[in-house]
Amino acid sequence: MAEQLLNTQLLEVNIGPQHPSTHGVFRMQATLDGETVVRLKPVMGYLHRNHEQIGEGMSYIASFPFTDRLDYFCAMTNNLGLALAIEQLAGIEVPERAQYIRVILAELTRLVNHTAVTGFLLNDMGAFGTPLLYAFREREKILDLFEEVSGSRMMCNYVRPGGVREDLPQGWLSRVRGLVAGYPQFLDEFEQLLTANEIIRQRTQHVGVLSRELAVSASVTGPMLRATGVDYDIRKVDGYSIYPRFTFKTPLGTIGDVYDRYYVRILEMRESLKMLTQALKEVQETGLFISPKGAAMGKAPRTFRPPKGEAYGRIEAPKGELGFYLVSDGTPQPYRYHIRAPSFINLTVLEDMCLGHKVADVIIILGSVDIVMGEVDR
Amino acid sequence: MSLPAEQVKTAIERAIPGVSLHVEGSLVWVAPGDLTRVCQFLKGAPELQLDYVADLTAIDYPSENRMDVVYHLYSMARKQGPVTLKVKLDRTNPTVASVTPIWRGAEYQEREAYDLYGVKFDGHPDLRRILMWEGFKGHPMRKDYVVEDQDAPEESVA
Repeated sequence: MAEQLLNTQLLEVNIGPQHPSTHGVFRMQATLDGETVVRLKPVMGYLHRNHEQIGEGMSYIASFPFTDRLDYFCAMTNNLGLALAIEQLAGIEVPERAQYIRVILAELTRLVNHTAVTGFLLNDMGAFGTPLLYAFREREKILDLFEEVSGSRMMCNYVRPGGVREDLPQGWLSRVRGLVAGYPQFLDEFEQLLTANEIIRQRTQHVGVLSRELAVSASVTGPMLRATGVDYDIRKVDGYSIYPRFTFKTPLGTIGDVYDRYYVRILEMRESLKMLTQALKEVQETGLFISPKGAAMGKAPRTFRPPKGEAYGRIEAPKGELGFYLVSDGTPQPYRYHIRAPSFINLTVLEDMCLGHKVADVIIILGSVDIVMGEVDR
Repeated sequence: MSLPAEQVKTAIERAIPGVSLHVEGSLVWVAPGDLTRVCQFLKGAPELQLDYVADLTAIDYPSENRMDVVYHLYSMARKQGPVTLKVKLDRTNPTVASVTPIWRGAEYQEREAYDLYGVKFDGHPDLRRILMWEGFKGHPMRKDYVVEDQDAPEESVA
Protein backbone atom coordinates (compact mmCIF):
# COMPACT_ATOMS: atom_id res chain seq x y z
CA MET A 1 0.00 0.00 0.00
CA ALA A 2 2.73 2.35 0.98
CA GLU A 3 4.32 1.90 -2.44
CA GLN A 4 1.30 3.36 -4.19
CA LEU A 5 1.51 6.51 -2.12
CA LEU A 6 5.14 7.10 -3.01
CA ASN A 7 5.60 9.29 -6.01
CA THR A 8 8.80 8.34 -7.80
CA GLN A 9 10.35 9.53 -11.00
CA LEU A 10 13.25 8.42 -13.16
CA LEU A 11 16.46 10.36 -12.75
CA GLU A 12 18.83 11.29 -15.57
CA VAL A 13 22.47 11.24 -14.53
CA ASN A 14 25.50 12.02 -16.62
CA ILE A 15 28.47 9.97 -15.47
CA GLY A 16 31.46 11.76 -16.95
CA PRO A 17 32.92 13.11 -19.20
CA GLN A 18 35.23 14.37 -16.45
CA HIS A 19 35.19 11.56 -13.96
CA PRO A 20 38.10 9.54 -12.56
CA SER A 21 36.34 6.25 -13.25
CA THR A 22 35.49 6.78 -16.88
CA HIS A 23 39.10 6.05 -17.92
CA GLY A 24 39.48 9.20 -19.96
CA VAL A 25 36.94 11.59 -21.37
CA PHE A 26 33.91 9.39 -21.70
CA ARG A 27 30.29 10.00 -20.76
CA MET A 28 27.49 7.65 -19.86
CA GLN A 29 23.97 9.05 -19.99
CA ALA A 30 22.26 6.93 -17.39
CA THR A 31 18.59 6.84 -16.48
CA LEU A 32 18.09 5.64 -12.95
CA ASP A 33 15.14 4.26 -11.08
CA GLY A 34 16.37 4.87 -7.56
CA GLU A 35 19.79 3.22 -7.65
CA THR A 36 18.97 0.90 -10.54
CA VAL A 37 20.03 1.58 -14.12
CA VAL A 38 17.15 1.37 -16.59
CA ARG A 39 18.87 2.94 -19.59
CA LEU A 40 22.48 3.80 -20.35
CA LYS A 41 23.84 5.40 -23.49
CA PRO A 42 27.58 5.88 -23.96
CA VAL A 43 28.64 9.20 -25.45
CA MET A 44 32.12 9.36 -26.96
CA GLY A 45 34.20 11.35 -29.37
CA TYR A 46 35.74 13.85 -26.96
CA LEU A 47 39.20 12.69 -27.99
CA HIS A 48 38.40 12.30 -31.68
CA ARG A 49 41.15 13.67 -33.90
CA ASN A 50 40.31 11.88 -37.15
CA HIS A 51 43.40 9.75 -36.98
CA GLU A 52 42.29 7.92 -40.13
CA GLN A 53 42.20 11.08 -42.19
CA ILE A 54 45.62 12.12 -40.89
CA GLY A 55 46.90 8.67 -41.90
CA GLU A 56 45.49 9.05 -45.42
CA GLY A 57 47.49 12.23 -45.89
CA MET A 58 50.96 10.86 -45.14
CA SER A 59 53.25 7.99 -46.04
CA TYR A 60 52.55 4.55 -44.59
CA ILE A 61 55.45 4.61 -42.19
CA ALA A 62 54.62 8.09 -40.86
CA SER A 63 51.48 6.69 -39.22
CA PHE A 64 53.49 4.62 -36.75
CA PRO A 65 53.95 7.34 -34.10
CA PHE A 66 50.21 8.05 -34.35
CA THR A 67 49.33 4.44 -33.66
CA ASP A 68 51.22 4.71 -30.36
CA ARG A 69 48.55 7.15 -29.28
CA LEU A 70 45.61 4.88 -30.04
CA ASP A 71 45.78 2.58 -27.07
CA TYR A 72 48.56 4.31 -25.21
CA PHE A 73 49.07 1.36 -22.88
CA CYS A 74 49.92 -0.94 -25.74
CA ALA A 75 52.02 1.00 -28.23
CA MET A 76 54.02 -2.07 -29.25
CA THR A 77 50.98 -4.11 -30.29
CA ASN A 78 49.48 -1.13 -32.13
CA ASN A 79 52.70 -0.80 -34.13
CA LEU A 80 52.66 -4.53 -34.77
CA GLY A 81 49.12 -4.44 -36.14
CA LEU A 82 49.92 -1.75 -38.67
CA ALA A 83 53.21 -3.41 -39.59
CA LEU A 84 51.40 -6.70 -40.31
CA ALA A 85 48.85 -4.95 -42.55
CA ILE A 86 51.60 -3.19 -44.52
CA GLU A 87 53.59 -6.42 -44.83
CA GLN A 88 50.49 -8.16 -46.15
CA LEU A 89 49.88 -5.35 -48.62
CA ALA A 90 53.41 -5.13 -49.96
CA GLY A 91 54.62 -8.69 -49.39
CA ILE A 92 57.47 -7.90 -47.01
CA GLU A 93 59.25 -10.77 -45.28
CA VAL A 94 60.25 -10.63 -41.63
CA PRO A 95 63.51 -12.20 -40.43
CA GLU A 96 63.30 -14.94 -37.82
CA ARG A 97 64.98 -12.98 -35.06
CA ALA A 98 62.70 -9.98 -35.60
CA GLN A 99 59.69 -12.26 -35.24
CA TYR A 100 60.95 -13.38 -31.85
CA ILE A 101 61.60 -9.81 -30.77
CA ARG A 102 58.06 -8.90 -31.78
CA VAL A 103 56.52 -11.77 -29.85
CA ILE A 104 58.55 -10.83 -26.78
CA LEU A 105 57.41 -7.21 -27.05
CA ALA A 106 53.78 -8.15 -27.72
CA GLU A 107 53.59 -10.44 -24.73
CA LEU A 108 55.31 -7.91 -22.48
CA THR A 109 52.67 -5.44 -23.65
CA ARG A 110 49.97 -7.88 -22.65
CA LEU A 111 51.51 -8.06 -19.18
CA VAL A 112 51.59 -4.25 -18.98
CA ASN A 113 47.97 -3.94 -20.06
CA HIS A 114 46.46 -6.69 -17.95
CA THR A 115 48.43 -5.64 -14.88
CA ALA A 116 47.34 -2.02 -15.21
CA VAL A 117 43.70 -2.79 -15.97
CA THR A 118 43.45 -5.05 -12.95
CA GLY A 119 44.87 -2.28 -10.81
CA PHE A 120 42.39 0.20 -12.23
CA LEU A 121 39.51 -2.21 -11.73
CA LEU A 122 40.36 -2.44 -8.05
CA ASN A 123 40.55 1.32 -7.89
CA ASP A 124 37.07 1.51 -9.40
CA MET A 125 35.87 -0.92 -6.76
CA GLY A 126 36.94 1.43 -4.03
CA ALA A 127 40.28 -0.10 -3.09
CA PHE A 128 41.97 3.23 -3.65
CA GLY A 129 45.62 3.32 -4.43
CA THR A 130 47.16 0.20 -2.98
CA PRO A 131 46.41 -2.44 -5.65
CA LEU A 132 46.92 0.12 -8.38
CA LEU A 133 50.34 1.02 -7.08
CA TYR A 134 51.32 -2.63 -6.73
CA ALA A 135 50.33 -3.02 -10.39
CA PHE A 136 52.08 0.14 -11.50
CA ARG A 137 55.28 -0.84 -9.72
CA GLU A 138 55.49 -3.96 -11.90
CA ARG A 139 54.31 -2.17 -15.02
CA GLU A 140 57.06 0.39 -14.61
CA LYS A 141 59.71 -2.37 -14.72
CA ILE A 142 58.45 -3.41 -18.15
CA LEU A 143 58.20 0.19 -19.32
CA ASP A 144 61.88 0.59 -18.39
CA LEU A 145 62.64 -2.27 -20.77
CA PHE A 146 60.57 -0.60 -23.49
CA GLU A 147 62.42 2.63 -22.92
CA GLU A 148 65.73 0.84 -23.36
CA VAL A 149 64.80 -0.52 -26.79
CA SER A 150 62.80 2.38 -28.15
CA GLY A 151 63.75 5.47 -26.21
CA SER A 152 60.27 6.03 -24.83
CA ARG A 153 58.29 4.37 -22.06
CA MET A 154 54.90 4.47 -23.68
CA MET A 155 55.13 6.04 -27.15
CA CYS A 156 57.47 3.34 -28.40
CA ASN A 157 57.16 3.67 -32.20
CA TYR A 158 59.43 0.66 -32.48
CA VAL A 159 57.95 -2.10 -34.65
CA ARG A 160 58.37 -1.51 -38.40
CA PRO A 161 57.25 -3.32 -41.53
CA GLY A 162 59.83 -6.04 -42.01
CA GLY A 163 61.08 -6.11 -38.43
CA VAL A 164 61.83 -3.58 -35.74
CA ARG A 165 63.42 -0.14 -35.88
CA GLU A 166 66.71 -0.75 -34.12
CA ASP A 167 68.68 -3.61 -32.72
CA LEU A 168 68.27 -4.60 -29.09
CA PRO A 169 70.69 -2.95 -26.65
CA GLN A 170 73.45 -4.99 -25.06
CA GLY A 171 72.21 -7.33 -22.35
CA TRP A 172 68.54 -6.45 -22.88
CA LEU A 173 67.43 -10.04 -23.34
CA SER A 174 69.00 -11.09 -20.07
CA ARG A 175 67.22 -8.24 -18.29
CA VAL A 176 63.93 -9.48 -19.78
CA ARG A 177 64.80 -12.96 -18.52
CA GLY A 178 65.24 -11.52 -15.06
CA LEU A 179 61.87 -9.78 -15.22
CA VAL A 180 60.08 -12.86 -16.51
CA ALA A 181 61.60 -14.96 -13.76
CA GLY A 182 60.35 -12.57 -11.09
CA TYR A 183 56.89 -11.88 -12.47
CA PRO A 184 55.09 -15.04 -11.28
CA GLN A 185 55.98 -14.08 -7.73
CA PHE A 186 54.22 -10.75 -8.18
CA LEU A 187 51.19 -12.46 -9.71
CA ASP A 188 51.02 -14.88 -6.79
CA GLU A 189 51.19 -12.00 -4.36
CA PHE A 190 48.56 -10.08 -6.32
CA GLU A 191 46.26 -13.07 -6.54
CA GLN A 192 46.67 -13.87 -2.86
CA LEU A 193 45.20 -10.46 -2.13
CA LEU A 194 42.48 -10.51 -4.76
CA THR A 195 41.35 -13.79 -6.28
CA ALA A 196 39.74 -15.35 -3.21
CA ASN A 197 38.98 -12.02 -1.57
CA GLU A 198 35.42 -12.08 -0.25
CA ILE A 199 34.77 -8.39 -0.92
CA ILE A 200 35.94 -8.66 -4.52
CA ARG A 201 33.82 -11.76 -5.08
CA GLN A 202 30.77 -10.04 -3.65
CA ARG A 203 31.27 -7.02 -5.85
CA THR A 204 32.14 -8.79 -9.10
CA GLN A 205 30.50 -12.20 -9.29
CA HIS A 206 27.25 -12.21 -11.30
CA VAL A 207 27.72 -8.53 -12.04
CA GLY A 208 27.71 -7.37 -15.66
CA VAL A 209 27.01 -10.81 -17.07
CA LEU A 210 27.45 -11.07 -20.82
CA SER A 211 25.96 -14.06 -22.57
CA ARG A 212 27.95 -16.07 -25.06
CA GLU A 213 25.45 -15.48 -27.86
CA LEU A 214 25.37 -11.73 -27.40
CA ALA A 215 29.15 -11.53 -27.14
CA VAL A 216 29.64 -13.29 -30.48
CA SER A 217 26.88 -11.42 -32.27
CA ALA A 218 28.09 -8.05 -30.95
CA SER A 219 31.66 -8.63 -32.21
CA VAL A 220 33.10 -8.56 -28.69
CA THR A 221 36.70 -9.77 -28.70
CA GLY A 222 39.64 -10.30 -26.40
CA PRO A 223 39.47 -11.27 -22.73
CA MET A 224 35.87 -10.04 -22.61
CA LEU A 225 34.83 -12.61 -25.19
CA ARG A 226 36.86 -15.40 -23.66
CA ALA A 227 35.38 -14.69 -20.23
CA THR A 228 32.04 -15.79 -21.68
CA GLY A 229 33.58 -19.13 -22.63
CA VAL A 230 34.07 -18.63 -26.37
CA ASP A 231 37.42 -20.07 -27.41
CA TYR A 232 38.62 -17.49 -29.93
CA ASP A 233 42.15 -16.19 -29.80
CA ILE A 234 43.53 -14.69 -33.03
CA ARG A 235 47.04 -15.79 -32.10
CA LYS A 236 45.73 -19.35 -32.45
CA VAL A 237 43.09 -18.86 -35.16
CA ASP A 238 45.21 -16.88 -37.63
CA GLY A 239 48.59 -18.02 -36.36
CA TYR A 240 50.19 -14.77 -37.45
CA SER A 241 53.89 -14.03 -36.84
CA ILE A 242 55.43 -17.15 -35.25
CA TYR A 243 52.70 -17.83 -32.70
CA PRO A 244 52.03 -21.39 -34.01
CA ARG A 245 55.46 -22.34 -32.61
CA PHE A 246 54.38 -21.56 -29.08
CA THR A 247 52.48 -23.81 -26.75
CA PHE A 248 49.95 -21.90 -24.71
CA LYS A 249 46.45 -22.40 -23.45
CA THR A 250 43.49 -20.09 -24.00
CA PRO A 251 42.02 -19.34 -20.58
CA LEU A 252 38.22 -19.30 -20.67
CA GLY A 253 35.61 -18.03 -18.26
CA THR A 254 32.25 -19.62 -17.61
CA ILE A 255 29.50 -17.03 -17.19
CA GLY A 256 31.11 -13.84 -18.46
CA ASP A 257 30.76 -11.66 -15.38
CA VAL A 258 33.25 -9.07 -14.12
CA TYR A 259 35.02 -11.67 -12.01
CA ASP A 260 35.56 -13.94 -15.01
CA ARG A 261 37.04 -11.06 -16.96
CA TYR A 262 39.39 -10.30 -14.10
CA TYR A 263 40.44 -13.92 -13.75
CA VAL A 264 40.85 -14.55 -17.48
CA ARG A 265 43.28 -11.64 -17.58
CA ILE A 266 45.29 -13.05 -14.67
CA LEU A 267 45.49 -16.43 -16.38
CA GLU A 268 46.42 -14.85 -19.71
CA MET A 269 49.35 -13.17 -18.01
CA ARG A 270 50.56 -16.56 -16.82
CA GLU A 271 50.28 -17.92 -20.37
CA SER A 272 52.17 -14.88 -21.67
CA LEU A 273 54.94 -15.62 -19.21
CA LYS A 274 55.15 -19.16 -20.58
CA MET A 275 55.42 -17.80 -24.11
CA LEU A 276 58.05 -15.30 -23.02
CA THR A 277 60.11 -18.03 -21.38
CA GLN A 278 60.01 -20.08 -24.56
CA ALA A 279 60.77 -17.11 -26.80
CA LEU A 280 63.69 -16.02 -24.64
CA LYS A 281 65.10 -19.54 -24.86
CA GLU A 282 64.88 -19.66 -28.66
CA VAL A 283 65.74 -16.10 -29.70
CA GLN A 284 69.21 -15.52 -31.11
CA GLU A 285 71.40 -12.93 -29.41
CA THR A 286 72.54 -11.44 -32.72
CA GLY A 287 71.20 -11.41 -36.23
CA LEU A 288 68.95 -9.46 -38.56
CA PHE A 289 66.38 -7.32 -36.80
CA ILE A 290 64.80 -5.97 -39.99
CA SER A 291 64.61 -7.27 -43.53
CA PRO A 292 66.53 -5.29 -46.21
CA LYS A 293 63.23 -4.29 -47.86
CA GLY A 294 61.86 -3.00 -44.58
CA ALA A 295 65.05 -1.10 -43.82
CA ALA A 296 65.00 0.53 -47.26
CA MET A 297 61.43 1.59 -46.69
CA GLY A 298 62.35 3.17 -43.38
CA LYS A 299 65.14 5.19 -45.00
CA ALA A 300 63.02 6.57 -47.85
CA PRO A 301 59.36 6.41 -46.81
CA ARG A 302 58.11 8.60 -49.66
CA THR A 303 59.39 6.19 -52.27
CA PHE A 304 57.52 3.25 -50.80
CA ARG A 305 54.58 2.55 -53.12
CA PRO A 306 52.78 -0.69 -52.38
CA PRO A 307 50.98 -2.29 -55.34
CA LYS A 308 47.30 -1.48 -55.86
CA GLY A 309 45.15 -3.59 -53.62
CA GLU A 310 43.95 -3.87 -50.08
CA ALA A 311 44.80 -5.70 -46.89
CA TYR A 312 43.15 -6.32 -43.56
CA GLY A 313 45.75 -7.15 -40.92
CA ARG A 314 44.57 -8.11 -37.48
CA ILE A 315 46.22 -9.16 -34.24
CA GLU A 316 45.16 -10.28 -30.82
CA ALA A 317 45.89 -7.05 -28.97
CA PRO A 318 45.54 -7.14 -25.18
CA LYS A 319 42.07 -5.60 -25.47
CA GLY A 320 40.80 -7.71 -28.36
CA GLU A 321 40.99 -7.77 -32.12
CA LEU A 322 42.95 -4.83 -33.41
CA GLY A 323 42.58 -4.58 -37.17
CA PHE A 324 44.12 -2.28 -39.75
CA TYR A 325 42.40 -2.02 -43.10
CA LEU A 326 44.54 -0.48 -45.83
CA VAL A 327 43.60 0.30 -49.42
CA SER A 328 46.44 1.23 -51.72
CA ASP A 329 46.06 3.02 -55.02
CA GLY A 330 49.77 2.73 -55.81
CA THR A 331 50.75 6.13 -54.38
CA PRO A 332 52.94 6.66 -51.29
CA GLN A 333 49.87 7.44 -49.15
CA PRO A 334 47.17 4.91 -48.31
CA TYR A 335 43.92 5.65 -50.12
CA ARG A 336 42.00 4.28 -47.16
CA TYR A 337 43.37 3.71 -43.70
CA HIS A 338 40.92 2.30 -41.20
CA ILE A 339 41.36 1.03 -37.68
CA ARG A 340 39.15 -1.55 -36.08
CA ALA A 341 39.57 -0.61 -32.44
CA PRO A 342 38.74 -3.38 -29.96
CA SER A 343 37.62 -1.24 -27.04
CA PHE A 344 35.36 0.87 -29.28
CA ILE A 345 33.43 -2.17 -30.46
CA ASN A 346 33.47 -3.85 -27.05
CA LEU A 347 31.49 -0.85 -25.77
CA THR A 348 28.53 -1.92 -27.96
CA VAL A 349 27.33 -4.20 -25.17
CA LEU A 350 27.93 -1.79 -22.28
CA GLU A 351 24.25 -0.97 -21.87
CA ASP A 352 23.21 -4.62 -22.03
CA MET A 353 25.62 -5.46 -19.24
CA CYS A 354 24.59 -2.56 -17.01
CA LEU A 355 20.79 -2.78 -17.14
CA GLY A 356 19.28 -3.76 -13.81
CA HIS A 357 22.48 -3.15 -11.87
CA LYS A 358 23.23 -0.39 -9.39
CA VAL A 359 25.15 2.76 -10.27
CA ALA A 360 28.22 1.61 -8.37
CA ASP A 361 28.29 -1.56 -10.48
CA VAL A 362 28.29 0.47 -13.71
CA ILE A 363 31.71 1.80 -12.79
CA ILE A 364 33.08 -1.70 -12.25
CA ILE A 365 31.49 -3.03 -15.42
CA LEU A 366 33.04 -0.22 -17.43
CA GLY A 367 36.38 -0.90 -15.75
CA SER A 368 36.16 -4.56 -16.70
CA VAL A 369 35.57 -3.73 -20.37
CA ASP A 370 39.05 -2.19 -20.39
CA ILE A 371 38.74 0.85 -22.60
CA VAL A 372 41.29 3.46 -23.58
CA MET A 373 39.75 6.57 -25.06
CA GLY A 374 42.65 7.19 -27.42
CA GLU A 375 41.55 4.07 -29.22
CA VAL A 376 37.78 4.45 -28.83
CA ASP A 377 37.71 7.96 -30.26
CA ARG A 378 40.69 7.77 -32.64
CA MET B 1 41.49 -21.14 -42.32
CA SER B 2 40.65 -18.87 -45.21
CA LEU B 3 37.58 -19.14 -47.39
CA PRO B 4 38.17 -18.68 -51.13
CA ALA B 5 35.89 -16.03 -52.60
CA GLU B 6 34.87 -18.27 -55.50
CA GLN B 7 33.66 -20.97 -53.13
CA VAL B 8 31.59 -18.43 -51.18
CA LYS B 9 30.13 -17.07 -54.40
CA THR B 10 29.08 -20.54 -55.56
CA ALA B 11 27.49 -21.33 -52.20
CA ILE B 12 25.51 -18.09 -52.18
CA GLU B 13 24.35 -18.36 -55.78
CA ARG B 14 23.23 -21.92 -55.26
CA ALA B 15 21.23 -21.05 -52.14
CA ILE B 16 19.64 -17.77 -53.19
CA PRO B 17 18.30 -17.75 -56.72
CA GLY B 18 18.50 -14.48 -58.59
CA VAL B 19 21.47 -13.06 -56.70
CA SER B 20 24.38 -12.15 -58.90
CA LEU B 21 27.81 -11.67 -57.41
CA HIS B 22 31.09 -10.61 -58.85
CA VAL B 23 34.40 -11.88 -57.52
CA GLU B 24 37.52 -9.73 -57.73
CA GLY B 25 40.56 -11.28 -56.09
CA SER B 26 39.49 -12.06 -52.54
CA LEU B 27 36.53 -9.66 -52.68
CA VAL B 28 32.91 -10.49 -53.28
CA TRP B 29 30.88 -7.65 -54.75
CA VAL B 30 27.23 -7.71 -53.75
CA ALA B 31 24.44 -5.61 -55.23
CA PRO B 32 23.08 -3.28 -52.49
CA GLY B 33 19.57 -4.72 -52.86
CA ASP B 34 20.79 -8.26 -52.19
CA LEU B 35 22.89 -7.46 -49.13
CA THR B 36 20.38 -8.47 -46.43
CA ARG B 37 19.59 -11.81 -48.04
CA VAL B 38 23.25 -12.59 -48.66
CA CYS B 39 24.25 -11.71 -45.10
CA GLN B 40 21.43 -13.74 -43.59
CA PHE B 41 22.55 -16.71 -45.64
CA LEU B 42 26.22 -16.27 -44.72
CA LYS B 43 25.38 -16.18 -41.03
CA GLY B 44 23.01 -19.13 -41.14
CA ALA B 45 24.66 -21.51 -43.61
CA PRO B 46 26.06 -24.42 -41.60
CA GLU B 47 29.26 -24.74 -43.64
CA LEU B 48 30.03 -21.00 -43.38
CA GLN B 49 28.53 -19.75 -40.09
CA LEU B 50 29.95 -16.25 -40.46
CA ASP B 51 28.73 -15.12 -37.07
CA TYR B 52 31.18 -12.29 -36.52
CA VAL B 53 31.43 -8.98 -38.38
CA ALA B 54 34.99 -7.99 -37.56
CA ASP B 55 35.19 -4.78 -39.48
CA LEU B 56 32.79 -2.54 -41.34
CA THR B 57 33.73 0.70 -43.01
CA ALA B 58 33.25 2.86 -46.07
CA ILE B 59 35.56 4.09 -48.83
CA ASP B 60 34.94 7.27 -50.79
CA TYR B 61 35.66 7.60 -54.53
CA PRO B 62 34.52 11.11 -55.48
CA SER B 63 35.99 10.96 -59.00
CA GLU B 64 33.79 7.97 -59.83
CA ASN B 65 30.87 9.34 -57.80
CA ARG B 66 30.69 6.16 -55.76
CA MET B 67 31.00 5.07 -52.18
CA ASP B 68 31.83 1.51 -51.15
CA VAL B 69 30.94 -0.20 -47.90
CA VAL B 70 33.26 -3.04 -46.89
CA TYR B 71 32.40 -5.93 -44.57
CA HIS B 72 35.02 -8.29 -43.15
CA LEU B 73 33.24 -11.37 -41.90
CA TYR B 74 34.68 -14.21 -39.86
CA SER B 75 33.29 -17.28 -38.20
CA MET B 76 33.99 -17.75 -34.51
CA ALA B 77 32.14 -21.06 -34.48
CA ARG B 78 34.13 -22.61 -37.32
CA LYS B 79 37.23 -20.46 -36.89
CA GLN B 80 37.36 -19.47 -40.54
CA GLY B 81 37.43 -16.33 -42.59
CA PRO B 82 37.64 -13.69 -43.72
CA VAL B 83 34.96 -13.22 -46.32
CA THR B 84 35.19 -9.67 -47.63
CA LEU B 85 32.00 -8.22 -49.02
CA LYS B 86 31.74 -4.90 -50.80
CA VAL B 87 28.73 -2.95 -51.95
CA LYS B 88 28.94 -0.10 -54.40
CA LEU B 89 26.69 2.89 -53.62
CA ASP B 90 25.81 6.11 -55.34
CA ARG B 91 27.79 8.86 -53.66
CA THR B 92 25.07 11.51 -53.97
CA ASN B 93 22.77 9.51 -51.70
CA PRO B 94 24.64 6.50 -50.28
CA THR B 95 22.01 4.25 -48.73
CA VAL B 96 22.23 0.57 -47.92
CA ALA B 97 20.36 -1.85 -45.67
CA SER B 98 21.72 -2.06 -42.15
CA VAL B 99 23.21 -5.37 -41.04
CA THR B 100 22.76 -4.53 -37.34
CA PRO B 101 19.59 -6.68 -37.13
CA ILE B 102 21.76 -9.61 -38.28
CA TRP B 103 24.93 -8.82 -36.32
CA ARG B 104 24.71 -6.54 -33.27
CA GLY B 105 28.42 -5.82 -33.70
CA ALA B 106 27.69 -3.62 -36.70
CA GLU B 107 25.78 -1.12 -34.56
CA TYR B 108 28.64 1.20 -33.64
CA GLN B 109 30.57 0.55 -36.83
CA GLU B 110 27.61 1.63 -38.97
CA ARG B 111 27.14 4.68 -36.80
CA GLU B 112 30.78 5.53 -37.38
CA ALA B 113 30.45 5.10 -41.17
CA TYR B 114 27.33 7.27 -41.07
CA ASP B 115 29.09 9.91 -39.01
CA LEU B 116 32.33 10.11 -40.97
CA TYR B 117 31.09 9.23 -44.49
CA GLY B 118 27.37 9.99 -44.50
CA VAL B 119 26.31 6.49 -45.52
CA LYS B 120 22.69 5.92 -44.44
CA PHE B 121 21.95 2.47 -43.10
CA ASP B 122 18.26 1.63 -43.51
CA GLY B 123 16.87 -0.26 -40.56
CA HIS B 124 19.57 0.75 -38.09
CA PRO B 125 18.00 1.07 -34.63
CA ASP B 126 19.80 4.24 -33.59
CA LEU B 127 21.58 5.96 -36.46
CA ARG B 128 23.17 9.02 -34.85
CA ARG B 129 26.60 10.60 -34.99
CA ILE B 130 29.02 8.80 -32.70
CA LEU B 131 32.41 10.51 -32.82
CA MET B 132 31.54 14.01 -34.02
CA TRP B 133 29.17 16.08 -31.95
CA GLU B 134 25.48 16.62 -32.51
CA GLY B 135 24.92 19.48 -34.91
CA PHE B 136 28.21 18.98 -36.75
CA LYS B 137 27.90 19.70 -40.47
CA GLY B 138 29.43 17.44 -43.09
CA HIS B 139 31.24 14.13 -43.03
CA PRO B 140 34.94 14.59 -42.29
CA MET B 141 36.33 11.40 -43.81
CA ARG B 142 35.02 12.21 -47.28
CA LYS B 143 37.82 12.98 -49.68
CA ASP B 144 36.39 16.39 -50.58
CA TYR B 145 35.90 17.53 -46.99
CA VAL B 146 37.62 20.85 -46.44
CA VAL B 147 39.30 21.15 -43.07
CA GLU B 148 38.25 24.42 -41.54
CA ASP B 149 40.70 27.11 -40.54
CA GLN B 150 42.35 25.82 -37.40
CA ASP B 151 42.95 29.28 -36.01
CA ALA B 152 39.41 30.56 -36.45
CA PRO B 153 37.38 30.57 -33.23
CA GLU B 154 34.93 27.69 -33.11
CA GLU B 155 31.24 28.48 -33.35
CA SER B 156 29.36 27.44 -30.27
CA VAL B 157 26.87 24.61 -30.59
CA ALA B 158 23.49 25.85 -29.49
